[in-house]
Amino acid sequence: MTGITLTGRPGPGAGAARPAKAPPLRPQNRQLAVLAVLLLLAVPLPLVLPPAQGAVAVRILIFALMAIGWNVMSGFGGMFSFGHAAFFGLGAYTSAYLLVEHGVSPWIGMLAGMAVAAAVAVVVGFFAFRYRLKGAYFALATFAFAEMLRLVVTTTEFTGKAVGFTVPLIQGSSLWKIQFAADSPAYFWIALALAGLAALVSILFLYSRTGRYVTAIRDDELAAASLGTPVLRYKLVTVALSAAITAVAGTLYTQYYLFVNPDLAFGSSVSIQAIAAVVIGGIGTVWGPVAGAVILGSLSDVTATLLRTPPGFLDFLQGRSGLDVAVYAVLLILIVRLLPKGIVGTLAQRRRR
Amino acid sequence: MSDIGTKAQSPPTPAVRRRLPGGATASVLKRAAVTGGLVAAAIAVALIKSGSGLVVWQSVVTGLLMGGLYGLIAMGLTLIFGVLDIVNFAHGALLAIAMFIAFGVVQGTGLHPYLTLLVAVPALFLIGAAVHRGLLGGTGGASLENQLLITLGLSLLLENGLLMFFGAEPKNVALPGDFQFSLFGAVVPGARLYAFLGAVLIGAALYWMLRRTRFGTAIRAVAANRPGAELVGVNVRRVHTLTFAIGTACAGAAAVLAAPLVTVTPTLGEQFNITAFVVVVLGGMGNVAGALAGGLLIGLVEQLTTIYMGGQSSLLGVFAVFLVVLFLRPQGLFGRRA
Repeated sequence: MTGITLTGRPGPGAGAARPAKAPPLRPQNRQLAVLAVLLLLAVPLPLVLPPAQGAVAVRILIFALMAIGWNVMSGFGGMFSFGHAAFFGLGAYTSAYLLVEHGVSPWIGMLAGMAVAAAVAVVVGFFAFRYRLKGAYFALATFAFAEMLRLVVTTTEFTGKAVGFTVPLIQGSSLWKIQFAADSPAYFWIALALAGLAALVSILFLYSRTGRYVTAIRDDELAAASLGTPVLRYKLVTVALSAAITAVAGTLYTQYYLFVNPDLAFGSSVSIQAIAAVVIGGIGTVWGPVAGAVILGSLSDVTATLLRTPPGFLDFLQGRSGLDVAVYAVLLILIVRLLPKGIVGTLAQRRRR
Repeated sequence: MSDIGTKAQSPPTPAVRRRLPGGATASVLKRAAVTGGLVAAAIAVALIKSGSGLVVWQSVVTGLLMGGLYGLIAMGLTLIFGVLDIVNFAHGALLAIAMFIAFGVVQGTGLHPYLTLLVAVPALFLIGAAVHRGLLGGTGGASLENQLLITLGLSLLLENGLLMFFGAEPKNVALPGDFQFSLFGAVVPGARLYAFLGAVLIGAALYWMLRRTRFGTAIRAVAANRPGAELVGVNVRRVHTLTFAIGTACAGAAAVLAAPLVTVTPTLGEQFNITAFVVVVLGGMGNVAGALAGGLLIGLVEQLTTIYMGGQSSLLGVFAVFLVVLFLRPQGLFGRRA
C-alpha cells in the first residue's frame, strides 16, 4: 500500500509550489505541433502583407533567429551572455568576406560563419569556464570580448576597416546567391525557413538527453557535477550551438541589407536587441524569443512611422532619433519589474496553476 | 586597503593561501611591485616604439591625469557594486545626464562650470535615490540578471531621451580663464589638472567617510554581512538607497569635472561606462582606493596603447587588460579574496 502512495501523483499543491524543472517528454510533440501551425500560418504572409510590412516581417525573423540563439545559451544554459554581437558579427563577416572577396555562395558562407562562430564560442567559453567566471563577471567578459572583436575588425585591413563590406549586386534573382528583387517574398520564405529550422533545433535540443543535462547544470551545477555529469562538455556544446544559430542571423542580415560594418555587426546594440527580445518574451521558454521578436520588431516599426509623420502633440519629435529605442527601453523595464518571467513565461505559469 | 566587502567570487585557483598577520600588506606590496614592473616594461616598449622620450612622457602625464577621472567615475560604480551587488549599466548614462545639467546651467545662468557642482551633485543624488527606490525596488532582492536588465533599460532610456530632446549635435562646456602649463615638457591643460585634483579630493573624502564615520561603518557592515548588519539594528534598505545615491552623486561630480575636457553628447556615457567597469574589476569590487589606482593604470594603458597601435584602438588595450585580470584575478589586482 505504501508503495502505491509513494509513486502516486503528487497533490495539486505540490506541483504548483515547485515548478517542474526537467520537462516531461510529452511537451516536445506539443511544441513541434505549435511550430508546424505557426509556419503554416506564416508562409502566405508575404502575399497578403503590403511591401513595407513585408520588410518588417523579414526583420522580425532575423531578430527571432538572434533571440533563439541567445536563449539557447542564456535561457536553457543559464550562462548570461552580454556579447552575442560577437557571434552575429562573425556570421555576418565570414559570409560577407567569402562572398565579396572570393565569390563564394552565401549558403556556404553561412555554414562557414556558423563553424567560425561555434569555434570561437568554444574557445572563449572554455576560458571563461576554466576560470569559473559566473554571473556579472561572465556577462562582463562576454561583453568585453564582443567589443574587442568590434575594435579589431574596425582596424583590420582585410575586413574593410570601419567601412565594412557591401555585397555586390547581381543581375536578376538567384537562390544560390540569396539575392532577389527588393520586395520579393523569397527573402521572407528563406528567413522563415531558417528561423523555423532554428526553432526546431532549439526544441529538439531542449528535450534531448543533452538538453536535460544542460538544464540540470543550470539549475544546480554542483549537484549535476557530483552525479558525474561532464559539466564542461555540455556547457561548451550549448555555447557552440547558440553561437552557430546566432551566426545564421548575421549572414541573413548581410544578405538582406546587402551591407555590413563593424557597428552594425559587433555593436553592443546587437547584443542588447537579442537580450531584450528574449527577456520580453520569456527567458528559457521555447516561444519567448519568437514572441519577443515579434513584439519588439513591430513596436520599432510603429515608433519609426510615428516619427516620420508625428501627430500634432509629438511635433517636436519630428526628425529626432531615439524614440524607438526609448520605447523598448521602457518596455524592458516594465516587463522585468512586472512580469519577471516574460510574457510567455508568465502565461505558461498561469496555465500550469 | 579599503575593501568595503569583498564579494564571494569563487577563487580562480583551487589553492587557498593562508593569510598570516602582516601577510596582507606584504602581498599587496608584492602585487604593487609586479604591477609597477609591468607598467615600467610597457613604458620601455613605448619608448622603443616611438623613439621619442617626450611623446612617451606626454602620454604618461595625460594618462595619469585622465586616469584620475576614470577613478572618480569608477568609485561610484564600485561602491554600488560592492555594497548592493548591482552591475549598474546606467552609470554612464547618469554621467551624461549630469553633463547636460552642467551644460544647461552654464548656458542658462552663465555660472562658472565648476559651480554647477552645487546643482549636479544634489540632483544626481536625488535621481540615484529615486532610481533605487522606484526601479530597483529598494533592495538588492531581484536576481542579478534582472537588475542588470533594469539598469540597461534605464541607460537606453536616458540616452535616447537626451537624444530626443537635445539632438545628437555635440556640445561644449567652456572653462572661463582656462590655461595650460608645461610639466618637464609635457603640456598640461588646467582643466585636466583640476579634474585630477578633484578626483583625488573626492576619493579621499569618500575613503574618510567609509572608514571614520558611523554611516561608513554601517555601509561596510551591510556590504560584509547583510543579515548580521540587520541583526544589530542597521537599516539595510536605507543604507542601500543612500549608497546608490552617493555612488550616483560621484558620477555627477565626475561629470562636472570632465565636462570641459570632452564634447558632450547623449551617448558619451557608454565609453566611460565601459572604462569604469574595467577599472572596477581591476581595483576590486567595492574597493574605493583600488578604483583610483585602477583608474590611473587604465589611463596609462589607454595612452600607451595609442602609441603602440595608433589612435583608434586605445580601448583595445583596455579590454585586453580587462580580460586578463578578469580571468586571472577576478577579485581585482588590489582586492582580497573573501
